[in-house]
Amino acid sequence: MKTKIKFLDLELKNPIIAASGTFGFGEEYAEHYDIEKLGGISYKGLTLDPRDGNDGIRVWETPAGMMNSVGLENPGVDAFARKIWPRIQDRNLISVVNLGGSTLETYLEGIRRLEHCDYDILELNISCPNVKAGGMAFGTEAKSAERITRAVRMTTQKRLMVKLSPNVGNIGEIAKACQAGGADAISLINTVQAMAIDTKSREIVFNNTYAGLSGPAIRPIALRMVHQTAKAVNIPIVGMGGISNADEVIQFLMAGASAVQIGTAFFTNPDQIFQIPTELEMWMEKEGVQSLEEIIGIV
Amino acid sequence: MGVDGTAGNVLSIQEVGEAIVHLTVATETRPNPGQFYLLRAWQEAPLLGRPISVFDYSEGKVEFVFKIVGKGTEILAKLKVNDKLQLQGPFGNGFPEVEGKILLIGGGLGNAPLHATAKVLKAKGQEVDLRLGFAEKIYLEKEFNQAATNTQFVVGGLVTNGLNIRDYDAVLTCGPHPMMEAVVKMAHQAGIPSYVSIEKRMACGIGACLVCTCKTKSGNKKTCKDGPVFEGEEIFYEDEDKIS
Ligand SMILES: Cc1cc2nc3c(=O)[nH]c(=O)nc-3n(C[C@H](O)[C@H](O)[C@H](O)COP(=O)(O)OP(=O)(O)OC[C@H]3O[C@@H](n4cnc5c(N)ncnc54)[C@H](O)[C@@H]3O)c2cc1C
Ligand SMILES: Cc1cc2nc3c(=O)[nH]c(=O)nc-3n(C[C@H](O)[C@H](O)[C@H](O)COP(=O)(O)O)c2cc1C
Ligand code: FES
Repeated sequence: MKTKIKFLDLELKNPIIAASGTFGFGEEYAEHYDIEKLGGISYKGLTLDPRDGNDGIRVWETPAGMMNSVGLENPGVDAFARKIWPRIQDRNLISVVNLGGSTLETYLEGIRRLEHCDYDILELNISCPNVKAGGMAFGTEAKSAERITRAVRMTTQKRLMVKLSPNVGNIGEIAKACQAGGADAISLINTVQAMAIDTKSREIVFNNTYAGLSGPAIRPIALRMVHQTAKAVNIPIVGMGGISNADEVIQFLMAGASAVQIGTAFFTNPDQIFQIPTELEMWMEKEGVQSLEEIIGIV
Repeated sequence: MGVDGTAGNVLSIQEVGEAIVHLTVATETRPNPGQFYLLRAWQEAPLLGRPISVFDYSEGKVEFVFKIVGKGTEILAKLKVNDKLQLQGPFGNGFPEVEGKILLIGGGLGNAPLHATAKVLKAKGQEVDLRLGFAEKIYLEKEFNQAATNTQFVVGGLVTNGLNIRDYDAVLTCGPHPMMEAVVKMAHQAGIPSYVSIEKRMACGIGACLVCTCKTKSGNKKTCKDGPVFEGEEIFYEDEDKIS
């Protein structure tokens, strides 16, 4: 496989990972597509206890994006470990468990209960804008980001990737704090905090007032933040935000990402996403690139 | 294209009523009545495909009837014969194969999926009554008349007026929420099963993103995958006390 990359001590057959929350646990897409064409999957964000998610409208389109307010609906870590993980663990894919929480203790307890599942990477979600308590709050300040990363580092042997929020002033500073806390990798960006008003009803669209913007609209912001993060840390970065084709994957690699995640684009054209590894290979041949690692961070 | 994504050719397209479009698309996929496809006839914008129910199907083609309400349906309505569009699907569970004497009751664009459903049930030898509510004018009158054993049209008024639901063994409904709620209530009182087809905004259409979650008596369900058809009392359970 020409497109294979090394990520930490893992080998991914290509740098494409499905983004958390957009791909479930992979089972629905697996009914229709060969999901093992991907390098990996970041599963739907889990929390210690099951969550029903937010009420009201959960999705709203914008000219080049969508806002969501799912509110981390998920079955909880125990149901994942007991029922879901046994069904999905044998895939030829890198498995990323995305974990959210409201207090430090709920994060740590969640991690402990997942310890016996031999998934590959723990993605610590300190950046979800759609839950009221905790969540994003941990990711918006360097001190708290470092504190939670360190506490998690002491709780688990798993490879630890911290997922950052774009809703901050200085992303490099927060990424550095996570590195200092013991993170093995950084992923970014989560959705951008946004808002919509329905002028007909004269009401705010989302029950939670604000929602998370994803899709092409946020790509330039994400690219800039990946670039800034790459300058600030020396651990690998997984970049995401509005990516939908091979050229955009290459842009993120050039900005300093070692791999990428793709979310919203699965909703618009899943066929195209499963084509990206082939397109990357074609591009490599055309450009005489032997390994994608050659282009990581070249700008 | 993947297993479920087909680029379809437009075989025919007509305006059959005020902002109501009848679209026939070539496809190798075969849906069940009550299922839907995500339709897309544009590159970048709008971002998401538009869920539209199956109005009819036969070998090699699927028909849709939709109302022009916004950006997406406006673009779909401007398609010409031989234009290509992306069909993803068929998705969703579709209506169940109920038996006996069946009532299908629809309102507005909720009439569209009942056409295919009536046709299939009738072909299986069931007695099928189709009662359809239109705001102003009836469209596709001939097609609806042929689909069922009996077809009744109600223009303007309430489609449930004068209905004797006790004549039936089961009722399937699609339309505005208050209408479906009334039907479920009547069916409950008559002691017959009811099924409703509900609409939610969607993104993935296949059950992965959870933006289409609906609350049911037995917890959160995905409208796109577990639905869009649910047992009536699964959805309108809050009125349980009122009903019984
Ligand atoms: C399972 C299912 C089956 C449907 N079948 C039909 C059908 O057979 N005929 C028909 O005319 N309509 C049907 N609809 C409604 C149809 O999907 C919407 O009218 C359409 O998406 C509107 O798109 P727009 O771009 O024109 O409107 P806009 O208002 O510009 O759309 C903006 C956003 O709102 C969403 N949206 C708007 N109205 C609805 C709605 N009623 N339901 C769900 N999402 C909506 C759109 O998908 C889009 O994401 C169905 C909806 C669902 C969920
Ligand atoms: C419907 C939806 C649900 C999401 N749920 C999660 C989640 O549970 N955990 C998480 O870390 N990110 C979640 N995200 C954010 C994505 O993983 C990703 O960071 C973001 O959407 C940007 O990438 P994209 O533009 O390619 O979608 C969600 C995004 C969407 C659209
Ligand atoms: S639209 Fe994604 S789960 Fe239903």
